[in-house]
Amino acid sequence: MAKRIDVSGLTAFYGSHRAIDDISMSVEPRSVTAFIGPSGCGKSTFLRTLNRMHEVTPGGRVEGKVMLDDEDLYGAQVDPVSVRRTIGMVFQRPNPFPTMSIYDNVAAGLRLNGQKRKRDLDETVERSLKGANLWNEVKDRLNKPGSGLSGGQQQRLCIARAIAVQPQVLLMDEPCSALDPISTLAIEDLISELKSRFTIVIVTHNMQQAARVSDRTAFFNLAAVGEPGRLIEIDETERIFSNPSVQATEDYISGRFG
Amino acid sequence: METTSTSAQAPPPADPADGRSATATAPVKGKAVRPGDKVFRGLSRGSGITLLVIMAAIAAFLAYRASIAVSKNSVNFLTAFEWNPQGDPPAFGIGVLAFGTVVSSLIAMVIAVPVAVGIALFVSHYAPRRLAAPLAYVIDLLAAVPSIIYGLWGALFLVPYLDGLTRWLDQFLGWTTVFEMSNPGSPARSIFTVGILLAIMVLPIITNVSREVFLQAPKMYEEAALALGATRWETIRTSVLPFGRSGIISASMLGLGRALGETMAVATVLSPGFLFSWHILDPGSGTFAQNIAAKFNEADDFGRDALIASGLVLFVITLLVNGAARWIIARRKEYSGANA
Ligand SMILES: Nc1ncnc2c1ncn2[C@@H]1O[C@H](COP(=O)(O)OP(=O)(O)O)[C@@H](O)[C@H]1O
Ligand SMILES: [Mg+2]
Repeated sequence: MAKRIDVSGLTAFYGSHRAIDDISMSVEPRSVTAFIGPSGCGKSTFLRTLNRMHEVTPGGRVEGKVMLDDEDLYGAQVDPVSVRRTIGMVFQRPNPFPTMSIYDNVAAGLRLNGQKRKRDLDETVERSLKGANLWNEVKDRLNKPGSGLSGGQQQRLCIARAIAVQPQVLLMDEPCSALDPISTLAIEDLISELKSRFTIVIVTHNMQQAARVSDRTAFFNLAAVGEPGRLIEIDETERIFSNPSVQATEDYISGRFG
Repeated sequence: METTSTSAQAPPPADPADGRSATATAPVKGKAVRPGDKVFRGLSRGSGITLLVIMAAIAAFLAYRASIAVSKNSVNFLTAFEWNPQGDPPAFGIGVLAFGTVVSSLIAMVIAVPVAVGIALFVSHYAPRRLAAPLAYVIDLLAAVPSIIYGLWGALFLVPYLDGLTRWLDQFLGWTTVFEMSNPGSPARSIFTVGILLAIMVLPIITNVSREVFLQAPKMYEEAALALGATRWETIRTSVLPFGRSGIISASMLGLGRALGETMAVATVLSPGFLFSWHILDPGSGTFAQNIAAKFNEADDFGRDALIASGLVLFVITLLVNGAARWIIARRKEYSGANA
């Protein structure tokens, strides 16, 4: 498990609007990579090109290359559905299926993969909920709807749902921005635990969070509103926050961003 | 808005939004009501009450007239298979009408609901946008076609066209009794044909309402399913249909309401009759609305009262159907998208 990602020359469009331009980077396995940058610079768009979710948006189109180890994700033979089974995603707003129980939420991905045996499901559901630090809070109400949980619990349920199918990579788009500080800490702890098993990419608005959880940090920026977003630099998190090599990064991090 | 006034101890400050009356009443009642709210509340309450009174009056009038007829009836009103209110003694019952109405509407729903849901899903989730918009527009147009047009089309086109199908059904499924024709070759002016025509008539409304509901299913759950590696159909099954469920039921009820009460189209296609039979391919049956339309003009006062009584039964059936739908929708509230 846990593969590396190599992106080269990636450009993404919404219709004719070029949202991100010519991005190349590598994401190391079993590590946390954080994306930071001002709103609208294309962090979410870029993240969604990594599991081929971008093309779900009407008009969404991608040029360039994304390699998962030695498999080209945009190769002609590749089924986007199987890409998404290998690369899990957690969204900004917790989105457990409201019509399903907690148990069924976690089992949803497994069932899509054709797993039906109750014993296997039980086992994986328990392991995933434990993995998401949620088991103790929900083990007595697995058959209650997931929408009855608190926001932070719902987000951890979404993480459990994503890791239940044993993905190679876990993408998270501002997973804590809708949560209170305590729930945020719980998720950050969880991320630190998960990185021993998964390759994790996290978009965050919160610079302290990037500094706390990530090993490497990528800074994105855009020249002006309406211009495509670009990768400015990617480096060890410590370096980005102490001694970045580009002035714009330093300006952004120190809050001197104009 | 009502402001429970803590400012009652102090003289109320000149509040421009409160107006004169409020400043006058506030110290007395400890409550300030804005005149705009007062007028609006009065209006809405008044019109609500008026509506209820009018409806109660109509219901009382119909029930009174119906009871006159039913009390002089010499046969069981609910089960008799004849319509002879001008006879001596009067004899009329709704057996055939109830059967014809319910069976034709059931046939219509069995055909229309799956097709409509399929079309709605296609328009909302499969069709490319260039195709979806014109398709939705055409379906909207179909919903606006007057029912007499459907009736004429049914009588002139559908009835002869269905001849082959009814013969085929009679030949291969005749052993089920239901599809047996007493008189093979008789024109297809039957409850079965009416059911098919009604299906076509209610298709647009069920499709439109379902499409709206499917489009309103929150995108965040579709994304959740897609990101788990769901195919398009699996996405629809996990995060569109569950939200659409109550909408589909409501849409079907709208369609069923129209099918149960449809008059002109049925009257144009069906050859009327009062012989009860399980053979839905045989001509000669009736529905509540069709029977009223066909008999009302020639009927004397007593005959009209009898027709009103039959109309009340249709009303009760519609109420029961609606109640059942609400019950189904309410049953799984906990899991519905409403408390997402
Ligand atoms: N669904 C969409 N349709 C069209 N343009 C979009 C859509 N989503 C995002 N964009 C555009 O793409 C650019 C990048 O947006 P996004 O990836 O959401 O940035 P970020 O996540 O960094 O705030 C913005 O200019 C935004 O307007
Ligand atoms: Mg974003």
